[in-house]
Amino acid sequence: MFDVAVIGAGVVGASIARELSKYNLSTVVLEKGVEVCQATTKANSAIIHGGYDAVDGTLKAKLNVKGNEMYEDLCNELDVHFKRIGSLVVAFSEEEMETVKDLYDRGINNKVKGLEILNKEQIKEIEPNISDEVIGALRCKSAGIVCPFNLTVALMENAIVNGVKLNTESEVTNISKDEYFNIETKKGNIQAKYVINAAGLYADKINEMIGGDEYYIISRKGEYRVLDKSEGSIVNHVLFQCPTKKGKGVLVTPTVHGNVLLGPTAEEVKDPEDVSITKSGLSFLTKNAKKSIPSIDLSKTITSFSGVRATPNTKDFMIFASSKAKGFINVGGIESPGLSAAPAIAEYVIDILKEEGLNFEAKADFNPYRKKDKPFSNMNNEERKEAIKKDIRHSKIICRCETTTEAEIIDAIHRPAGARTVDGVKRRVRPGMGRCQGGFCGPRVVEILARELNLDMEDVLKDYENSKMILGKVKESRGEKIEI
Amino acid sequence: MKYDVVVVGGGPAGLGAAVEAKKHGANKVLIIERDRELGGILNQCIHNGFGLHEFKEELTGPEYANRFIKMVEENDIDYMLNTMVLSIEDKKIIALGEKGLIDIEAIAIVLAMGCRERTRGAIDLAGYRPAGVYTAGAAQRFMNMEGYMVGKKVVIYGSGDIGLIMARRMTLEGAKVEAVVEVNPHSSGLTRNIVQCLDDFDIPLLLQHGITYVHGKDRVTGVTISKLDSNRNPIEGTDREIECDTVLLSVGLIPENELSSDTGVELHNTTKGPVVNNKMQTNVDGVFACGNVVHVHDLVDFVTKESRIAGRNAALYVLNKIENNETVETEAGDGIGYIVPQQIDTKLGEEVNLFMRVRNIYSNRKLVVRDGDEIILQKKRPHMIPSEMENLKLSAELIKNLKGNISVCVEEA
Repeated sequence: MFDVAVIGAGVVGASIARELSKYNLSTVVLEKGVEVCQATTKANSAIIHGGYDAVDGTLKAKLNVKGNEMYEDLCNELDVHFKRIGSLVVAFSEEEMETVKDLYDRGINNKVKGLEILNKEQIKEIEPNISDEVIGALRCKSAGIVCPFNLTVALMENAIVNGVKLNTESEVTNISKDEYFNIETKKGNIQAKYVINAAGLYADKINEMIGGDEYYIISRKGEYRVLDKSEGSIVNHVLFQCPTKKGKGVLVTPTVHGNVLLGPTAEEVKDPEDVSITKSGLSFLTKNAKKSIPSIDLSKTITSFSGVRATPNTKDFMIFASSKAKGFINVGGIESPGLSAAPAIAEYVIDILKEEGLNFEAKADFNPYRKKDKPFSNMNNEERKEAIKKDIRHSKIICRCETTTEAEIIDAIHRPAGARTVDGVKRRVRPGMGRCQGGFCGPRVVEILARELNLDMEDVLKDYENSKMILGKVKESRGEKIEI
Repeated sequence: MKYDVVVVGGGPAGLGAAVEAKKHGANKVLIIERDRELGGILNQCIHNGFGLHEFKEELTGPEYANRFIKMVEENDIDYMLNTMVLSIEDKKIIALGEKGLIDIEAIAIVLAMGCRERTRGAIDLAGYRPAGVYTAGAAQRFMNMEGYMVGKKVVIYGSGDIGLIMARRMTLEGAKVEAVVEVNPHSSGLTRNIVQCLDDFDIPLLLQHGITYVHGKDRVTGVTISKLDSNRNPIEGTDREIECDTVLLSVGLIPENELSSDTGVELHNTTKGPVVNNKMQTNVDGVFACGNVVHVHDLVDFVTKESRIAGRNAALYVLNKIENNETVETEAGDGIGYIVPQQIDTKLGEEVNLFMRVRNIYSNRKLVVRDGDEIILQKKRPHMIPSEMENLKLSAELIKNLKGNISVCVEEA
């Protein structure tokens, strides 16, 4: 019997789990994926928004602004790369300038810090590659960028170190309540006194299991392009276009790893698993990104991806204690700015749980820190020598493009909430994220995963449950056997 | 550590350059190789057809590499395996290898890092991103060096040579290759590979077709292909789905020049490799380059030819015997994509091989070389295709008398 069961190990579920781990409670996280961070959290703009965008008075606005303020401390504690580089919403017409002013006013209402309106010269000074058509912009100094994968992994890792249990491949199939909740999963049943529904795209389905119908989720797909690091200095801020009747525009932003990210499109899709890329989506991104940065070189695209956001029909985050079953807390409809709001969402959920009668007693030995070595690629030569002295496996580069060492990959696999898949390794320490996209290191990573997890090469997965990388040994299809 | 010549990369280009540098008087020569063995990509090319020009016999990739590895051993050339060069600055190299971080000083450096494959991102491949989408080279490594099948029912996208070779290879291993899909109206591979790898096995080559969608979220379940119009847009009504578990990409190679550009080497817009002269010298003093890092070759024999020039001149540089005289430029004229070398030192007194690629398929044309307006050489060509590199030899006599920049054009015969 657990005190709390959290459903979903995206950034929201992981944030809540880590918050719960500060108290003397027994907590389990139920994740349907093979590992953490396999759905919405893994594919978004990786931006910590200022908070001027959300309509005043909404939960979104409140939790975005608060979450943003929490990011520095959180990322310091968890050793996660976060850069407060600021954002610009750029206007190309007088009409768009009106929007910029409206956003400024809304931001002031929302108590967003570091807002100012810039003229063309001021913008050109800080963003020299921006289109000459620009006439003004809203600058928000408090906006930032983060690596959502590493953040989620770090949150879950820290939660686990502080006593939380993580059950992966545990899709919830049914929930019933007598005295306690009985949660049926694909990997057995779990009993818990409280349930936190942070199931992202499936939060409405989980809510239905206890008879809830307060909201439903609309799956909205966003496609992105990632450009090579050689383009990394083309933009310094998160560059938004003005939202218009036609849409929200395309943002161009640096990533914490030095790439450039363009996106997203916004398209309602029937299937929450629809992470496909479309020709039309990609050309939309190309056209619109050039509107902000005409000189951007799209031939430097190294990959494209898409993510599905859980848009609630109610237009606001649906975070509330269910009236259908006491002790069931919905954390649904966490679309953008969910990543920014996640730390604040976690605290908000704790408050709700308190109101619901859960007893919170601080854990005396809670360890807020999670330590991770600096990526080898970011070390200077002295640091590299030290790292090699500590672990000789640092002298073996597996990923040429991203300078990832074997020691880093092994560490990523063996940490709490460690990588289980090729893409899991990629998201944590970057082999396959570079310009060759795993063409050289792919076979090496499969080999290391198999060795470290004691798997057959054939059982190593790319990302999801049925995503085997290799389909047998050579000669086998001809009926011959070989030993490898 | 101090060396006369340090060669970055132990593939065919690096091996050839190192041997030649040693033969021409460089005392201490070092090859730095990031993989587990010398030979580079040749090690995974277990098919034959290598060495027809160089050795007048048909070798496999590992056999071809082995001949050069033997020469490296016989010539007492040092090499480091599992070692990657992290940076080069003022001919000081920092490399990371089995012994940790090492500093190496060189008098001359030969860049021979080869190339990498274009990926699904680079070609805007639509659809899902499941397991089962591999570059042809990665699949080749898995199969030929590790012993694993990447798939059983395959569609190959692009008709580059590695893709064609893998079509045959996978067929021989019991997989079914459904089709090779090529967006161009002509194949991107060597004619002999079309014949020996596709025709001989009844594998269809679908020209002017594109993969418009990859199906399957977890593992590839199929692809949608369409006929393309002359602007490469899918023609409506021509869609059809092919069931498969694997897509191999053979859509081009890109010279690996991140290290070169960090070192200050000027790169050429079309080749994506260093701008070189007929000594295979780059704009950085004492830094030479050869092989696929300069431009992507279709035959390893030509790589060897080029690497010899780089190796020899690196040695001459060390011996202070290299002279830098006035150079003229080479210009790709009508019908020519690029020419290597881009500059010619006219006082060198040696014949020069111009390597180039034509832009289109041409029948019964000629290649015309001009010095300014004056035609200095013309060669009839019954058939030219972009995927087969053209080679024009300019005699020492011709080079000596050059007055200005030279251009090459494709013209009516």
